[in-house]
Formats: sequence, structure tokens, C-alpha cells
Amino acid sequence: MPKITYIDNQEKSKTIEVENGLSVMEGAVQNNIPGIDADCGGSMACATCHVYVEEKWFDKLPKAEDGEVDMIDMAIEPKKNSRLSCQLIVSDELDGLIITTPSKQS
Amino acid sequence: MVKKDAIIIGAGPVGLFAVHQLGIKGLESVVIDNLDKAGGQCIELYPDKPIYDIPAVPECTGEELTKNLLEQIKPFKTDFFYNERVDEVRQDKDNWIVKTNNKNEFIAANIIIAGGVGSFEPRKLQLKEAEKFEEKSIFYAVKDKEKFKDKDISIFGGGDSALDWALELSKFSKITLIHRRDEFRGAPHTLSEIKRLEKDGKISIKTPCQLDSIEGDNNIKAITIKFDNEKTEKIKTDIILSFFGLIMKLGPIAEWGLNMDKKTIAVNSENFETNKKGIFAVGDICTYPGKLKLILSGFHEVALASVECFKRARPNEKYRFEFTTSSKNIQERLGKK
Repeated sequence: MPKITYIDNQEKSKTIEVENGLSVMEGAVQNNIPGIDADCGGSMACATCHVYVEEKWFDKLPKAEDGEVDMIDMAIEPKKNSRLSCQLIVSDELDGLIITTPSKQS
Repeated sequence: MVKKDAIIIGAGPVGLFAVHQLGIKGLESVVIDNLDKAGGQCIELYPDKPIYDIPAVPECTGEELTKNLLEQIKPFKTDFFYNERVDEVRQDKDNWIVKTNNKNEFIAANIIIAGGVGSFEPRKLQLKEAEKFEEKSIFYAVKDKEKFKDKDISIFGGGDSALDWALELSKFSKITLIHRRDEFRGAPHTLSEIKRLEKDGKISIKTPCQLDSIEGDNNIKAITIKFDNEKTEKIKTDIILSFFGLIMKLGPIAEWGLNMDKKTIAVNSENFETNKKGIFAVGDICTYPGKLKLILSGFHEVALASVECFKRARPNEKYRFEFTTSSKNIQERLGKK
């Protein structure tokens, strides 16, 4: 199973095996990663699952669609490497992905 | 104080259908919601997105669903209290008393919490110093346009609210529109109006940049914004308007002594009652083994909860299960006979 590393808003890092097909958000919620609330349940409507993706991974991800970029406008402290973790679907290609949650989120 | 059979907190689809399920049993309810209209997440988060899993409705938007539910509960002539948040819940023998932030009080044998993920509140600026200027120099909504006349206004955001207010307020104030990226998202004619006003020097647009710091004592004097290339710029500002949408906050619900599981309320799946007799939780805010956060699950939950509500509101009457197709009582309540 692909391993995803979540660096949470207390700067603690946790590496978790997440099943293929789940979103990076679901992996976080199931494992109680702080800072990823996912209030809207993954419908790209709340920006509470906003994360920063480590640079070298950012370019490897499928591009964000317009709706996601619009929603990132609403997120807390968006950066160039911002994504909504509900839109990142785990696959073997993402094995080793590292994401960080914004410090002030949630 | 207003006496009802049930107080419904939340006017989302599940709260609205609760009115129906109580109504056909002859129970009167009142609905309280922090937003200014019915629909909850359906209206606030995805009014135009089609929903495909409402039974027997192949496709409908959040807005249509809300409209239809309001139509369905029309016969019950229910009172809605919008722009109000329930702040306090206390017990009075077999009843519950609910008090809102607008000082309205209600008493009922039942409370149905259909609060979704909590009440919607504006997403605020993250800068520490922002808080002390709130409602003085920093606003998250425009209530009275007069306050914004002949000022230097910095507007943050890239969506419809930011663009619409930039247009409107540019008629009598100096506007700087600030956004984190170059693209704005708005109606095409709004966007072309903005571009035209920028050419005419009525609106100044700053992108891609974000708020870096605020200067001022009681009121704001200036702000500094930081561009993606790390350059900064100081902008004379009297007022900041910030439009970063809404966020859901659980709020006072967490303090009512209910069994909570993270941000959800634990209920039994027989009648969706919480650990407090007469307080029910339904829809996205409740949790039980197997819970799915679907609108259709919420509809089922209120149907079952309303039976227990009946028993509590009418302790001397026997509850009789009835079909809408055959019950004269129900049809009368619906104004059909």
C-alpha cells in the first residue's frame, strides 16, 4: 500500500499506509491527522482539507481543476503548492508523498 | 416565550424535512438558522451542483432541492427564524428551553439538531492584529453602504462577492482589489466592468499577492501586501473588506452536555435521540454505527425521530402509524381535503 507522510500543524510527522483509491484527505481523517477537517466531506466546497504538497511531488500530481483552484482562494494561507487533499487520489505513483497542513488551519 | 412541539436547529434539507415529518403527525415546529435563508450547505456550498442521489429525483441542484422542500412544507405554516444562532439550551422539567443570540426564547418537549457541520460564519483574516479592527476597519460583509463612502477601501478575494462590492463601492470610494492569483472568478460582465474601471483608474488591482501587515491604532491607516515575488507594497487604507467565503463552526452545541464524537453528536439509530431525552440529532451532525453523510439518510433519520417527538409532545395520546396516501388526518394537515 502507498505510504503517505502527513506533517501536521504541530509539526509532528506521521507516515501512514493509505489504500489505493482513497483520497489523501480520507487517509488523514481516518487516522486523526489534526488540521484536516474536511467539513464538506470531499465535495470540494469548504477548503478545510487544504494542504501544502512538497515541491518535488507537486508537479507530479494531476493538475487542479478550476473548482479546486477557486476553493483554494478561500483556504487559509494558500501558497503555490496548495492543494485540496480531497482531490488527491492515492495510487502507487503517489507512494512516498509528503504533505503539510497549514499551521493555522482548524 | 413561544411554545411549540419541537424546535428545529438548522434549515438545511434535513431540518426542512423534519418540519414535514412532524407536521403530518400534527406537531408544530419552529426552525432556527444562522444563515439568512433556508438550504444550509445545499445553498451555501453548492447551489448549482447537481445532486444525483435523492430517491426518485434523477438530478437536481441544491437550490432546487431546497425550493421543493419549502414547497412541500408550506401547508404547515412554520415560523422560521433566520440570522439567529441558538446560544443556550436548558431543561425545564420535561421540556427544553432554547435561547438565541437575538434573545428569542422557545420552549418545547423536543429539540431536533439538524445543524450540519455547524453554523456558517465568515472566514476571517488570519493576521493576529486583524481581530482588534473587526467591525471598526475590517468587515466581512457590507450591511450599510453609507459607512463605506469616500474611503480608501482594500478588498480581498477573487470571487463574486469581492468583485460585486468592488464595482458597487467604486462609485463613491477608492478601491484596491487584492487577490492571491491573477485570475478572478466572476460573471463575465462583472469581470469586464472591473477591467474597464481599472483602465479608468477607478479601481486598482493587485495580484498575485496577500495581506502581510496592518498599520493603525484604533482604525487602520495603511496595509502592506506581499507579492509572490516577495516584493511588498504599502497601500493607504481606511477599510478592509475580506471575502473568503464561509466556514462552518460547531459553536455552542459542544457545550450542551451531549455525547460528542469529534464534531458530531452520538445518537442511537432507533430514534436518533442523543444522551439527553428529547434532544435529537439528525443529518450530517449525528453519528452512529454505519452513519453515512447523505441527504437521504437524514430524511430517514427525521422520520424515525419524529415518532419519538410525538410520544414526548403528546404523552396522553397513542401514536398511530399512518400512510399519506390513505390517512384523512394527514391529508387534512396537508390541506388536501
